[in-house]
Amino acid sequence: MAAFASALGILPSPPASAYPQQRWLRSVTREQRQGCRSRRYSKVVSYYGLTTPPYKLDALEPYMSKRTVELHWGKHHQDYVDGLNKQLATSMFYGYTLEELIKEGYNNGNPLPEYNNAAQVWNHHFFWESMQPEGGGSPEGGVLQQIEKDFGSFTNFREEFIRSALSLLGSGWVWLVLKREERKLSVVCTQNAISPLAFGDIPIMNLDLWEHAYYLDYKDDRRMYVTNFIDHLVSWHTVTLRMMRAEAFVNLGEPNIPVA
Amino acid sequence: MALRTLASRKTLAAAALGGARPLAAARGVATVALPDLPYDYGALEPAISGEIMRLHHQKHHATYVANYNKALEQLDAAVTKGDAPAVVQLQSAIKFNGGGHINHSIFWKNLKPISEGGGESPHQKLGWAIDEDFGSFEALLKKMNAEGAALQGSGWVWLALDKEAKKLSVETTANQDPLVTKGANLVPLLGIDVWEHAYYLQYKNVRPDYLSNIWKVINWKYAGEVYENAVA
Repeated sequence: MAAFASALGILPSPPASAYPQQRWLRSVTREQRQGCRSRRYSKVVSYYGLTTPPYKLDALEPYMSKRTVELHWGKHHQDYVDGLNKQLATSMFYGYTLEELIKEGYNNGNPLPEYNNAAQVWNHHFFWESMQPEGGGSPEGGVLQQIEKDFGSFTNFREEFIRSALSLLGSGWVWLVLKREERKLSVVCTQNAISPLAFGDIPIMNLDLWEHAYYLDYKDDRRMYVTNFIDHLVSWHTVTLRMMRAEAFVNLGEPNIPVA
Repeated sequence: MALRTLASRKTLAAAALGGARPLAAARGVATVALPDLPYDYGALEPAISGEIMRLHHQKHHATYVANYNKALEQLDAAVTKGDAPAVVQLQSAIKFNGGGHINHSIFWKNLKPISEGGGESPHQKLGWAIDEDFGSFEALLKKMNAEGAALQGSGWVWLALDKEAKKLSVETTANQDPLVTKGANLVPLLGIDVWEHAYYLQYKNVRPDYLSNIWKVINWKYAGEVYENAVA
């Protein structure tokens, strides 16, 4: 998106991103006839598209039903994409990457109108990729070591993740983030659409705690939903890739002073 | 709970109106009880399904009641010990669960089966006040539908009366914040729950359909009585 927009001269180059170029882009070519000179030219406008989960919609059963994914992805996620595109048609944020829009649009806690849709588009995309069929279990290698370092043990992390998810009042998200300043992993909850990107943290994985994410499958039993996510759905594979990327921005090692 | 099942509907309604009943075991802390619904779970169909009403009352509201009572007892212990950090730390649980109990207790009274007069538009004083403050009854419904649909996340949309200014307004509150958090003079005449649990099993992501259908089972007679008591 960013490279594309820059090539068109629409945008200055965006800042380095902790995420790879994502498949958000949908391009539309529009012929326009301009004013009195009747000169025809084509203008390319770019909006966001709905990204597809990296598995079939029934692949997360029985822990997340096909019906839930159909609605959650096909309706809720799609509505956020459509709502954002509608706003971008007349917005100063047209041409921003989603991450830039989320950071700027958060506006130090007084979110601008585009913020909600932009953050929810990003959050949901990130959520679908945080899961995989036959996920769950325990991570391995460096991710497990980092979790043991920052939470004491994987069991402690698992318990803190569940406890934190249950403590959120209302709609929102629970996240595993890498804190830049503290250089450690942490579990945080955010209300409604709020993204930890706005606070400078690097998201590693997330779980949707809006009721629409679990009500058809679990009714009011958020605990069972969260427990099944961490035991059977979370993709430690994705987490490992995201941690590797995050380590380009945060030094997780001990200071290594070369001996002369 | 055993007490509750023994008591008649009438005494339960009285307890719910008062909002509190003392429990001797809890050192005088006045805890709250889950009020009975004044109609059957299935009585609001097809506007709201029986399954939604049952879960909403037996699971969601009951959980707010249980957690509010638990927080009240913890608060009592913290106050007795003079433990200020614990008192402050309990505030969010009290606001959320106490608000959930207050809001749902109002909500059940705001609903009524069609066969018993649900959906009949307000008359007399409240009807006149709605015309004066919103232009028409239809304009009020349109405004509440729009504000309810636009609410981000979970929350409530209210028809409120400012009892000092004697003026009606539409308000929204986030999560389980009760209307009083928007102003000490505001009296809730009608509250509509726009949490997803209030409609998801039936309406899925289409919150506007839930909002347009709920008017068929609104108890305007109750809202009118609250209005007349408040302005008297």
